[in-house]
Formats: sequence, C-alpha cells, structure tokens
Amino acid sequence: MATIYIDDQPYEVEDGKNVLEAALGLGLDLPYFCWHPAMGSVGACRQCALVQYRDEEDTRGRIVMGCMTAVTDGARFSMQGETASTFRENIVESLMLNHPHDCPVCAEGGECHLQDMTVMVGHRDRRYRGKKNTHRNQYLGPLINHEMNRCISCYRCTRFYQDYAGGKDLAAHAAHDHVYFGRHQEGTLESEFAGNLVEVCPTGVFTDKPLVNDYTRKWDMQSAPSVCGGCALGCNTIPGERYGELKRVHNRFNLDVNGYFLCDRGRYGHSYVNDEQRPRFAGIKTSNGRFDAIDEADAILKLRQILANGKVAAVGSPRASLESNFLLKQLVGDEHFCSGIADHEAELLHSILDVLQNGAVKTPSMHDIEAADAVLILGEDITNTAPRMALSVRQAVQNKAKQMAREMRIPEWQDEAVRTLAQDQRSSLFVTAITETRLDDIATQSYNANADQIARLGFAIAALLDSSLPGVEGLSEHQQALAKQTAEALKAATKPLVISGSGCQSKSVIEAATAIAHALRGLSAGEQTMLSFCLPEANSLGASMLASHETLSMQELFNSADQIDTLIVLENDLYRRSAEESVNDLLQKIPHLVVLDSLPSPTMEQANLVLPAATIIESEGTLVSSEGRAQRHYPVYLAADQRAPSWQWLTKLGKSIELAEFKNINYFDDVAKACAASQPNLEGMVAAAPDAEFKNRGLKIPRQPHRYSGRTAMRADISVHEPKQPEDTNTPLSFTMEGRNGEQPGALLPFVWSPGWNSNQSLHKFQSEVGGALSGGTAGKRLFEPRTASNHGRNYEVPAAGPAQYSGSEFVLQPIYQIFGSEELSARCDAIKELVPSPFVQINPEDADGLNLADGHMVTINFAGQQLPVTLKLNESVNSGIATLPAGLAGVPYFTPGLKMTISGGGDV
Amino acid sequence: MMQLWESFWSQIRTIWRVLKHTFTKAETVQYPEQKPYLAPRYRGRIVLTKDPDGDERCVACNLCAAACPPDCIALQQGTREDGRWYPEFFRINFSRCIMCGLCEEACPTNAIQLIPDFEMCEYDRQNMVYEKEHLMIDGTGKYHDYNFYRVAGMAIEGKDKGEAENEAPPIDVRSLLP
Amino acid sequence: MSDGMTVLFALGVMAAAVGGAAVLTWFERRLLGVWQDRYGPNRLGPFGILQVAADMIKLLTKHDWVPPFADRVVFIFAPTAIVVAMLMGFAVIPFGPDLHIIDVNIGLLFFLGMTSLAVYSVLLGGLASNNKYALLGGLRSAAQMVSYEVFMGLSLMGVVMLSGSFSLQDIVAAQRDMWFCIPQFLGLFVFLIAGIAESHRLPFDLPEAEHELTAGFHTEYGGMKFAMFMLGEYLGLILISAMIVTLFFGGWLGPWLPPIVWFGIKTFFVICFFILLRAAIPRPRYDQLMSLGWKVMLPITLINLVATGAIALWMHDGGAMT
Repeated sequence: MATIYIDDQPYEVEDGKNVLEAALGLGLDLPYFCWHPAMGSVGACRQCALVQYRDEEDTRGRIVMGCMTAVTDGARFSMQGETASTFRENIVESLMLNHPHDCPVCAEGGECHLQDMTVMVGHRDRRYRGKKNTHRNQYLGPLINHEMNRCISCYRCTRFYQDYAGGKDLAAHAAHDHVYFGRHQEGTLESEFAGNLVEVCPTGVFTDKPLVNDYTRKWDMQSAPSVCGGCALGCNTIPGERYGELKRVHNRFNLDVNGYFLCDRGRYGHSYVNDEQRPRFAGIKTSNGRFDAIDEADAILKLRQILANGKVAAVGSPRASLESNFLLKQLVGDEHFCSGIADHEAELLHSILDVLQNGAVKTPSMHDIEAADAVLILGEDITNTAPRMALSVRQAVQNKAKQMAREMRIPEWQDEAVRTLAQDQRSSLFVTAITETRLDDIATQSYNANADQIARLGFAIAALLDSSLPGVEGLSEHQQALAKQTAEALKAATKPLVISGSGCQSKSVIEAATAIAHALRGLSAGEQTMLSFCLPEANSLGASMLASHETLSMQELFNSADQIDTLIVLENDLYRRSAEESVNDLLQKIPHLVVLDSLPSPTMEQANLVLPAATIIESEGTLVSSEGRAQRHYPVYLAADQRAPSWQWLTKLGKSIELAEFKNINYFDDVAKACAASQPNLEGMVAAAPDAEFKNRGLKIPRQPHRYSGRTAMRADISVHEPKQPEDTNTPLSFTMEGRNGEQPGALLPFVWSPGWNSNQSLHKFQSEVGGALSGGTAGKRLFEPRTASNHGRNYEVPAAGPAQYSGSEFVLQPIYQIFGSEELSARCDAIKELVPSPFVQINPEDADGLNLADGHMVTINFAGQQLPVTLKLNESVNSGIATLPAGLAGVPYFTPGLKMTISGGGDV
Repeated sequence: MMQLWESFWSQIRTIWRVLKHTFTKAETVQYPEQKPYLAPRYRGRIVLTKDPDGDERCVACNLCAAACPPDCIALQQGTREDGRWYPEFFRINFSRCIMCGLCEEACPTNAIQLIPDFEMCEYDRQNMVYEKEHLMIDGTGKYHDYNFYRVAGMAIEGKDKGEAENEAPPIDVRSLLP
Repeated sequence: MSDGMTVLFALGVMAAAVGGAAVLTWFERRLLGVWQDRYGPNRLGPFGILQVAADMIKLLTKHDWVPPFADRVVFIFAPTAIVVAMLMGFAVIPFGPDLHIIDVNIGLLFFLGMTSLAVYSVLLGGLASNNKYALLGGLRSAAQMVSYEVFMGLSLMGVVMLSGSFSLQDIVAAQRDMWFCIPQFLGLFVFLIAGIAESHRLPFDLPEAEHELTAGFHTEYGGMKFAMFMLGEYLGLILISAMIVTLFFGGWLGPWLPPIVWFGIKTFFVICFFILLRAAIPRPRYDQLMSLGWKVMLPITLINLVATGAIALWMHDGGAMT
C-alpha cells in the first residue's frame, strides 16, 4: 500500500496501479477516454490530466497523465485545482472541435462516455469558428454501424481490435487531424469480436447496427441479468427490451467468465426472440395439417387426456435449462427420459463429465485461461466452437510480454511499452485442429489433421510427459518433432493449459487431452495445470448430468418407438440429433407428438400439439457452462401471449395429472431446489444466484432504470387505462424502476448506471476494485473442483493411424464449425443470417485436381445415402483424404464424423 | 399581554379587511362564455412541426419522453430510406399530460412546440391519446428557419458529408497533403 | 300549544333546520366567493341555488361504501349521532314568546348536553374507520371538545347569573332592558370561540385538517354517510348561531316585526359572521389551539364569572335587582 495525496487529501492505495485507476477506485470522478481496465494505458487522449507536485513546498507542479503515472508513496497531485481542471476542459473542447452536433440521431446518445466526460469537465460552448472536418463512413458489415465524424481519436478501437482481439482489418489511417479509423476498403469486419467496438468506443463511431435501425435509448430499456445461449461458455449478458422486443444484448461483466467482452454470436445472436414465426399460442393440429390456436386450459386438458392413456416418453434438450429438463424427467420418469443429445455426442460428454467430476486437474475459468503461459489446443477450432475463449487465449499468449515487462520493472498497464518490449515474442501456443484456425497467427506451431491423427499426436505428447503411458507407434517425423516441442513447452510452463472438446467429435482426442493434463499435473506445474473442454451447447453439460444409465439414449428411444404412445419434446429439434431417416421413422410411429419450443422447427411441424415456450431471454433457468459453472438467467420481460417458460408449462402439466413430485412445486425456486436435491453433483446449483426472497436492503432489484420513460403512453393505444406492472414472484427482480441496483450479488446485475456515468464505463462503480470482481461477488457457482487424486476412467486407447492418403474416390467426413451458422438459434437472427455461409465442403486442392474440380464449384456430395448440393472450397490446411462439412449449418443434415463421402457432379457456379 | 392584544387585534383587523371585500368586484373570468387572451407562445398542448423543407422535424431522439414528468410520451425510432431518423409512432397520452412544456425544452430539433390550445376535454378518455398523425402540423411553428439536418453532421439523401453548416468537405484519407 | 301542534311544530323545526343546513352549503360558498372576490357556485339555477340539489343527488347516488377494515356497526352509527344530537338541541330554542318545542327549566343545560354528545360522533367515526388519519382526527376532536366544553359552559354562567334561570325563555325575557351582549361581552366572546370549536368549523377544524390529515375523522367516509357529517356540521352552525342570539342578543325580542322574524334576522347575521371568520382566519396549530383554550379562554371566563358575580352581588345589594 502507498499513501498518495490528491488535493491535499491523503489516500491509501495499492502499489503498482496507475493514478487514474487509483482515483477511480477511490470514487473520484477523473475523466478519461483511451484507458480501459482490460487494455491498460497508452496516454493518447490526455484527458486524465492531474498536476503532480514534487513535494509539499512545490506550488507550481507539472501536468501528468493519471493513466501513465504510477502510484508512488507520498506522491502529491492536484485534481480539482485550476490548472488541472482547465487543462482537462480544454482537452475536451479540442476533442469536440469537429464533433458533428448529432447526438439526437446518434445511437450512443444517453450512454455516451464522451457526453459524460464533457459534462464532467464542464465544457459547454464551442468557441472554434472554423469549419469542421468531416469523414466518409464505411460499410462494415451487418453488425457494426460506422459514423466516423464522431471520432475523438482515442485509439481504443484499434487497440481492442488489433492488439486485444488480433483483428487485422481495422486500423488507423492517415495522419494528424485526418486520422481515420476504418478498413482499407469497405467490407464486413473480419474479427468475431468486432461487436465489442460498440462498447469499447467511448462515443458513437461504432454502434450496434441492428439497434440503430430500431433504436431505443439505454434509459428506456428494460433489462435483466441473463446468460448467453450461443455456446457452452456461459458468457453473462444484459439483454435490453422495449415494447416487447429484444433490442440489443450488452456485456454483463463477470471477472471469471467473459470479463468486459462478448463474441458477436453472443451479442447479435439472440434477436430470434423477435421472430414473427414464433408460435404465440398453444396449437393443435387439425386434419388439414395446420395448427389451430387453443387456450391454455384446453391445451393442458388435452395433454392430460393424452398422458392418461398409454406410455409417455420425453426428450429433453441441451439448450433448455436444468430446471426444465429436470421437470420433464420427473414428469415421465427416468426410464422414459432421453436427454436429447445425439448419441455419439452424449458419449463424449459422458467422458468429459467423468474427467470433470473425478479428474485431478482444474477446469479453468476464462480469467484463469488468460493467466496460462503455455497453451495446447487439441483438436478444437475454439474461435468457432467457444469464441470468447479464443479471445482469452489471445491474452494468454501476451503473458510472455508481461513477464518480460515484470523483469524490466515496467508496470503491466503500460500497454504500449509492454507490447513494444516483447515485439513478436509470445507465450507458447500449439494449435491442432482439423483445418486452419483463426488462432494460427499467434500459434507457435499449428497442426492440421483428422481427429485420429490429432489424438495420436496428443497421446505422443502425453507419453513424453509421463513415461508410464504407452507410446505411439508410427508417427511421422513432423509429428514426433511437434510432440517433443509441445511437451517441452508445456513442461516448462508454470501454468500450462490444455484445451480440447467435442469439436472433433472424437473420444480419443478427449482422452489424449485428459492424459496430457494429468501427466502435467504430476510434474512441476502441479495444481496450476488446467484442462478445459469446449462443449457444443449452452447446457450440454447440465443436460448430460441429468442423463444416467437409466435414461434413454436416442437409439434406445428409436428402438422403443412402437411402445410409445406420446412423445414430449422439450426445446429440441430431433433432426439435429439424429439421421433424418430414423427420426422420420420414430415420429411416424408415435401417435401423439407434443412439442414445447420457442421457434418452429421440422420437429414442431410434425407435432400434434405445440406449446409455445419462452426463450432464454424471457425465462428463468440455470445453465451449466463448460467450466462447470452453474449460472442463472432471468427473464428480461414476460413472454407475450401464451408463451411461457418451459418449466411453467411442465409444472402446470405435472400438477394437472396430480403427480406427487409436483405437489410442492409452485415457484421457480421450488423447481431449482428439487432439481438440486435430486442428485449430489447438482447440489451447488441453487447457489448460482439468490432465490426470489432476496432483497437488496429491503428492496427488489429494478429491471428498469430510474429514467425509464413513456410508462403512461406505451400501452395507451390499446387502452388508456394503464395496467398494473406485472409482479415477479419467481425472482428477486421487479418489472419496475423501483428498487435498488447496487452492491447486490453479481448474478443480479440488471444494468450499470451511476450518477454522472451514463455509459457502460460506470461499471467500475459496481466493482470491488477497478477492473476487479463485482462488489457483490462473481456470478455463478462452480459445480466441480479438482480432486487431489484423479479417479476418472483411464482405459486410453490410441487410435490407429488410418489411411494416410486420399484413395482416389472416397473422402472421410470431418466436422468443422462456423461461429455464424453452426448454432441453431443464433443462425436464425436477421443480422447473423447475412454472415452465415451457404453449405460448403472443403477438400485439399491436390485432391480436387484429381477430380477436375476448382474452388467455388457447385458439387453434390453423397454420404450415408444422402445427396447434398454444396459449394466446393479448396483449402490447403485440409489434409488429403479428408473433407470437412460445417456441422449444424442450415441445409447441412445431421452427420457423424468418419463417414465416407464421395463428390459427384460439379461445374461452375 | 401586549403580544396577546396584538394577536387579537390582528385577527379583528383581518376580519374587517375581509369584510370590506363585500364591496369589491369578482375577479373570476366566466370561462366558456368569456375567452381569456392566450398569447401565441402560450404553452398548451403540443404539436409536431415540420422543417422548412416540409419534412418532419422529429428525429425520434427520445429526449422528450425522458424529460416528461408523467411519462406520457412514447415513441419508437425508425430509419428511413434516405437516412433520416423518424418516429415510427409518436404517441402522447394527453389524459396524463400536465402541459409543463419540458418536452418542448428538451426537443433538440424544435419539432415539439406547444400551442395555445388546451381545450381537449373528451367524454371518452381513450380519445385523449394522440398519435403522430393527430399531432403533426403542416408548418414550422414558431421557428421558421431551423433545420436540424443542415446543422448536424449526419449524411442524409440530398445532403452529403461536408455539406452541413460550417463543415469542410470530407477528408481524403489517402491524400498525403497536410 | 297542544301536543299535536307541538309534534307538528317539532317536525317543522326539523325540516327547517335540515333545509336551512342544505341551503347553507350553497350560501356559505356564495358568501365566501363574495369575500374572496369570486362568484362561488353560480351555474345551476338562479344564483346557482340548485347546486344544493345537484350536490344532494351526487351524495345520495354515490357508492355507499364501508371499508372492509372498518368497524361496520360503529362506522355506520357515527354520522347519524351528530345529526340527532344537533337536532335535539333545537328542542329548547325559543323562536318566539310562546314558540318553542319545549321550555324546560334546565334548557341551557340540555343544550350543552346535546352539543357535547356530538363529540361521540366524531370520535367514534374516527375510531371505527381504522385509518391512521381518521384516528388522529378523532383524537384531536375529543381533546378539543373536552377542553372547550369547560369554558363554554362556564362562559354561560354569567348569563345565568344575570337572568337567574336556566330556562331559555326566561333568559330571553331577562334581556328586555338590555341585551346580555353588553354586560356579558366577555362571555359572548368566549362562547363565540367555544361555539366554533364545538362545531369544529374553520378556523378550528383541526379534526378534519385536510392539509395534514387528508380529511381527518371522515377520511374513509363518502356518499350519504359523509353527507350526514356535513349536515351535522351545518346544523351545529345554525344551532350555535341561534343560541348566541338567544343568550346574548335578546332572542326574538325586537320592535315592529313579529318575534320570529327578529329571531331569524339575528340568527342570519350571526351565521354570516361565522362564515366571515372562516373566510378571514387561518387554522391555528393544534398546540396553539390548546394553549389558547387553557391559557387564555379559561382565565377570561373565570374573570368574567367572578366579575359578573361581584357586580350582580353589588347590584343586588344596591337594590337594583330583585
């Protein structure tokens, strides 16, 4: 600790920080632009100026930048003094010289850091009479809106985009007052994290494009803490709603999970909740094949009749909450419940779960990942399967630079100095995947092969680390050298990290990763070793935890189709879980199909009875992330019409047939508690968030900011008599502006706002220290902690090498993923649809030569008795003999990896 | 004692003074029959005005709604083909309006203006809900020359970057000239 | 008068009092208008007189609401009590030499008793409402009534001493030479103030005090029951005015005109004076009301009593009176 004096007032602050950070942490309002808690200081904007005095006698002092000045014991500063405050005011005035006077039509207005800072320094009148500089805007794709005139040249955008997120196509162009932040030419921004520019930019240069065209100010949005359903990482989000529509998704800070940033799938991948196609009412299929709306009581009555007669089975979902899946399981009984995960995926998840529960290696949070000093990614294209983790890995490779800086006694927050010092030196990162990945640019080595080869490489690395493991025969020289290099780098690291996952859809890859991590666990890294698995869907882990040997697999469900009278499908599309043929077969045999889902799907079309479910944005639930963190999401607004959270539909259903298990279930917390009590590994899930009884100093937590407008007019067109605001009996949040937003547990943060800080920069007022965890604690509860000695299954089987070369006719299918398109729900959002590629297959150019095919040809591929027209793409990183097909993409049917595939047809596009 | 007498006397004096008002004329204006004079800038109900080019002035910035004490203004922004922001709907619930004029103060484009009309009684409250088409007038109201888009830097159809008031032509980023 | 005639006369007095109270609601508003330089109700009928009918219709047709949390029986009983008590008070008023419902030798005490009963109405109404404002109003009313009752009664003792009787007819008769407002000006002053306080009219309407207590004891009342309270208040106003006339201004005494007309004219002016007080004087604070009562009014009353007694004795000794 050090004592510093600001305006002659002594303050105790932490050593090693910069003065800006320290001042903000003390609650002082020191304006700034370019500094960002996650990105450090560069001193570009000159806004956080203070006067520093040599000692008590010094009355002149000198202007210093708060963000570039380290805290030293006894340092004296003047912040409110005439010199410093005039300097800051002049800086804002000069930044505003060319500002275009368009706040009313700017999507940043009302949550603009520039507005806040201008007010904070007291600048009001523009004295400059010269002409304003203007710039032309660029088209930057469907996600980001560009309005360059508003720029104040703080460089935050390029620092985030290039330095933090590794993007290449956004840069500062030209010089002096012509500086321009944009692409070299118009076009979609390539980075998957471009959406963060919206939150990083302190003014309105980069704004949320879908929002700009259907705009609502921050103060008018109703919001609640939510969790992203885009992948299994469980990033925390704040979706905003107005007039019953989701307007935008903002980042919700969680130190351990997503920190300050989201990926674009998470940010833009939830507008499917506004889809006009969503069912509004319960529907019963009539003889003409269309659905007739029926009211809720009739739907429940109908279901009761169906359930009373004959055997019922149910399919859960890895995208539905733990609670909904649990209730469904209770409704039909374990032996009639299928978790709804594709069989081979369920097997992978089962072995991952085994490692998480019984292994001795820590599953890192994304914050932990950023601390890793050597990373091995085994068979996973994390940018496309767990995008936010890729951003964390990008920070992890900076640890080399940080270490060098420490040795040179350069503070970590001296961002430019640290980067300049390290130049291209990075911590080790080894990337192995089926094709090239977006992390290859920072990888020490990258290796592309099919899943078996990746697994073999993995086992070879494991064998080098732990001599008790069997070696791998028949490796190529390249593989041997790579294995050796990787093993040495991991061995030398203090915090080695192995990332794998279900991406290759190969059990061997997962086993190899487990073997490496556990081998490292026994070496010097010990408990610091980390092992992370990427999983396919938001609640994949939770759903597989609810599955047991008693529950049905998909295959068992198909086998028992003849005996099932009624099948209830919860938030799932069976055609994404199994081959079309077998699903068709199943659905034909079943007399009554009940589908409870939020969006129409091929499964729903075949239903006899449809119940409209609320989406993740409109319902409460608990999801288990790939880290094993149980996290609660809350409804941002009540779903319209008959739409209701699945758990509510299932509770009503269970009560209507008077099941004993449903007797005491009335509220959401009852479900969560019953679910937690049902099995020991879920006990922690109730600790994910406070229950509905929680009061923040006696008050609920408001979903609406205190300036929420239009309450007496927004529904006046329907009726001038204003209805009472809905009451929320299931959560500690209220659907009003009444309550207290501050110091509550992190899981309950509905929005950030603080007096004078209207933008998201007010977050530091909610943190325990600037850039640190939320003052109410980090959201979520980790369900698994490593054991001291591992206990997981260790019957590792090294796969055979397989055919080395392309045989001349057949390719082996391997799955790849698309950040935009592979996930079912986000792919149905308007903005994302533009970025989703049409179905394509990738092969090696040499293989294509033999078939007389060229890049961009339309071809037909044949596999498992299916024919599929796709675009051919040639990719050198795809090994010979392999064809990659994007899994989950619209138009690509379900397939299992390793299938044999042939290409026929072809020709120009 | 003196104080007691003074307070007593003060009451008597008050009573006397009030009694004298028996002979003064009533100030009341018999409203529906006798109309009061309302100045042209009198603040009654609001209207939405148009800019000098005849296009709607409202840019749906939401400031009026935020300023409104009884929260009786609701609107939704939309973007037109020509790049202008406009309100897809603009609704004011006059049964809640207190005619305070804060929306007019807040309006950065002079779109909202208060006019000397306050006689809006209805037998059905629902009729007090005014939509954009009820509020829009064909004119500039009190401010004849102001046109927001001529001042603001946002480009719209017919006014490119650099064509607003006091703006220099757009910078050519590729130029090496200072 | 025969019994039958008395009953008819009593009914007539009741009708006149209730009707007068009703008209008074309009008259008071018009008069306040005059003193406040405005018109008051002037829209309905000639001079707005039909406002009374309109108000009646409104009050009668309003939802007869008893709050679910109230003590139902007492809640309904309370407003009737004040009307009954006030109407009873009219029984002893002498409207003319032989024009009265009853002339008892304790007429004055009967009047004091009846007006005191009114406190139950306000107190019970406040209690039965089960509402904090109503309760506060009720409590204030009880304390106010009890305090002002003391010297209200004492202030009249001077009159009794001078007339030597509690019978109101005798008291009127005793004023043939000189109205008691001259020798008993202190008694008049105290009784006037106590009378306002007893009928809790402005400026002493602290039990109602809408600025602090919403509507005080009748916060929860509406429609007909509320109308009863208002009726009671205006009856009280008429009764107190009639009483002041009887005790201090020679009652029905007067030249040329028939006695009942004299009585009516005098009562009218006293009522106007009460309305003038309402127009002119603001409501005191509760503690001011109490200290006025106990620290100013009570001493004045006692001084008046002693002085009157002394003078009466002296006069008696001097043989001026028999």
